[in-house]
Amino acid sequence: MAAEETIELKLPSRLESIDEAVNEALNFASEIGFSEEAFYPIDMAVREAVTNAVKHGNLLDETINVEIAFSNPNGDFFITIRDFGTGFEVEEIPDPTNPENLLKATGRGILFIRTFMDEVEWSQHPQGGMIIKMLKKQ
Amino acid sequence: MAELNISERQAGDITILDLSGKVTIGEGSIALRSTIRRLLGEGKSKILLNLGSVGYIDSSGIGELVSSFTAVNKEGGTLKLLNLTQKIQDLLAITKLLTVFDVFDSEADALGSYS
Repeated sequence: MAAEETIELKLPSRLESIDEAVNEALNFASEIGFSEEAFYPIDMAVREAVTNAVKHGNLLDETINVEIAFSNPNGDFFITIRDFGTGFEVEEIPDPTNPENLLKATGRGILFIRTFMDEVEWSQHPQGGMIIKMLKKQ
Repeated sequence: MAELNISERQAGDITILDLSGKVTIGEGSIALRSTIRRLLGEGKSKILLNLGSVGYIDSSGIGELVSSFTAVNKEGGTLKLLNLTQKIQDLLAITKLLTVFDVFDSEADALGSYS
């Protein structure tokens, strides 16, 4: 098992930061010993979570950063992503698989995050903004 | 190189769009939206999206497929999907959108379904 390490990133809230965060996540996953089979689910979950943070949280305001941290407790991949938006209650996000929501253009990101990660938790950060914590097991 | 390349073919009154690359938030989704809008503006409302060479799609891309579907329906047309990769098929299953889209593995079958 790789030694425990942490990487922290602060990226401006623009669409280009999404690919940058995904690339960093995949590099980290590789370094801590994840197989390539895990890259796609990690890619999807990080992409959706960073998209939510830069677009819906920080409203694409490039003067505001998204704060991202990767670590590997017990060999797993632990990811936190924080924005500085007004926040939301995850339980209040409409279920995109309800028949009445199927033809909506948005609202599927959280479903994908839950699908591709083993554990996910959203909370309001004490100093403002939302923080998502995600775990992908080795 | 563009994130998403879209080539256009015509089979009778059906327009086939061969997509290759990534349909993700930003450039890829916008390219698809622009193409569908242009086709509808030209009166071409029977559209078949060939997704066989789309290596990656995110929730924005899935949303763009749904938007394209509803925009085409609104104009009295039909949008169908061809050659789903396993990843796209899985995402459409997770989102229950396989119940919405007409999906084909064979171009001939897809074209025949419009008549």
